[in-house]
Amino acid sequence: MKRLTTPISEADIRELKVGDEVLLNGRVVLSRDMGHKYMVEHKPEWLRPLLEESVIYHCGPVVAKHEDGTYSFVAAGPTTSIREEPYEATVLETYTVRGVIGKGGMGPKTSAGLAKVGACYFHATGGAGALLAERVKRVVDVKMLEEFGSPEAFWIVEVEDFPLVVSMDSHGASLHAEVATASQARAKELMAQK
Amino acid sequence: MSSCPIPDLTPLATVEAKSLLPKDWTADLSAPLGVDLTVAVTELIRRTTSRMPQDIIDALAAGRDAEVEGSRSANTLDTMLENIKLADEHVAPLCQDTGSVIFWVRHPFGFSQRLLRQQLRAAVREATSRSWLRPNCVEALSGKNRGDNMDPFGEHHPVIHFEEWEKPEVSVQIMLKGGGSENVGAQYRLPDAELGAGRDLGGVRKCVIDAVTRAQGQGCAPGILGVAIGGDRVTSFEMSKEAVLRKLGTPNPDPKLDAMEQRLTEDLNSLGIGPMGYGGHTTVLGVRLRELYRHPASFYVSISYMCWSSRRMELHLDAAGHPSFS
Repeated sequence: MKRLTTPISEADIRELKVGDEVLLNGRVVLSRDMGHKYMVEHKPEWLRPLLEESVIYHCGPVVAKHEDGTYSFVAAGPTTSIREEPYEATVLETYTVRGVIGKGGMGPKTSAGLAKVGACYFHATGGAGALLAERVKRVVDVKMLEEFGSPEAFWIVEVEDFPLVVSMDSHGASLHAEVATASQARAKELMAQK
Repeated sequence: MSSCPIPDLTPLATVEAKSLLPKDWTADLSAPLGVDLTVAVTELIRRTTSRMPQDIIDALAAGRDAEVEGSRSANTLDTMLENIKLADEHVAPLCQDTGSVIFWVRHPFGFSQRLLRQQLRAAVREATSRSWLRPNCVEALSGKNRGDNMDPFGEHHPVIHFEEWEKPEVSVQIMLKGGGSENVGAQYRLPDAELGAGRDLGGVRKCVIDAVTRAQGQGCAPGILGVAIGGDRVTSFEMSKEAVLRKLGTPNPDPKLDAMEQRLTEDLNSLGIGPMGYGGHTTVLGVRLRELYRHPASFYVSISYMCWSSRRMELHLDAAGHPSFS
């Protein structure tokens, strides 16, 4: 099990291979559908210091707001990443992001972006909302909460030992593509049976 | 990572102690217009969002035991089991996607569906304000979120199916259906030349194999498949969801469908998709088939994919109005 802490260098990312299990520490920025559309259409400069050498997490958390105005996460597992396929490569390149956390994997456009920028796609266990919320130690800030609503806002958090699997690396390999190819071949065999 | 033992959920007495319902609360079903289910249904939501049904836990644990020790698939199933334990202990949502909220309400003669609808909506609003449900209901085009899980245009969310029945009892079943799993659902029209699927049970089998292969890990595998055969497009999808309510381990009353459910479970668990699509044996926890009527010209096969975090529960009021949750 490897440990990674943000900011992450390109050299550290290039060492990771598909199938590696990783514990992530440090700052992570949450963003999903509305955030990705916004980042590509507006390329806001204020996001640069937050995203450079950092990691984006595809997640719409359940958040508790406390009486002193601070927030904490109640449930925070990954959402399906493929919806960000049209945007992700541009986002990675615009802000030099070193990693994307999500579930289900992404397509060839993102894979090319990961290779070009030097970034990995990290898979988190979908549905493990309670366990992953426990590993989010602090909610540092939130941006665009009013405009996007809670699940879609840019939440900026500190994570500790966040458990991940590298399912797409910076060398073009994809665990999802391997599993898809093998399962499609097996499906063909099954369908040929009476 | 060491194997997570099958989680023992907190004793029911502990859950009861945190109940929103006053001790000894009952509903007077002899005066149905005076019955208020708001608090009881809020409590139903609290339990459903944080407490996994035992049959699902057992199936996940059996899946874990079928995987190679120390493999990614075994570790992933362990993470799922540990998550179930944590959510239960903290009364926290099992998954941040608390889903679309779907109810099936069955009641005796004399109840007002208008009043019941208002009570269920109030319960969903209350559960959302307590962070037991994420605000998941947005305007289709703008994506604008009111934050209270209420349909901004009408009363279509939460989804409520009503039925008046003969029994002197009330049943409120709930399902929290996540968006990722909903997105991999599918509807086929047989015959399907591309799949080589005809208008028979073998054709249905091919549709299910195709849908699960297309879904890969994206519906949060290992999933449960609800499959409706026949109906019109709408009824067919509706019944495919209802089919998922049948507990794992409960046989299909139709022997030929029961045999096909078992065959399909074996077929699908040989695809190698595995938990979260990382590879492995455990691709599905079960398949639920349901046969409907059809128009002679149509033959639909509708498939609802329910994620491993299969959150469903029933609030039952017996004839004396005593509540029980199962």
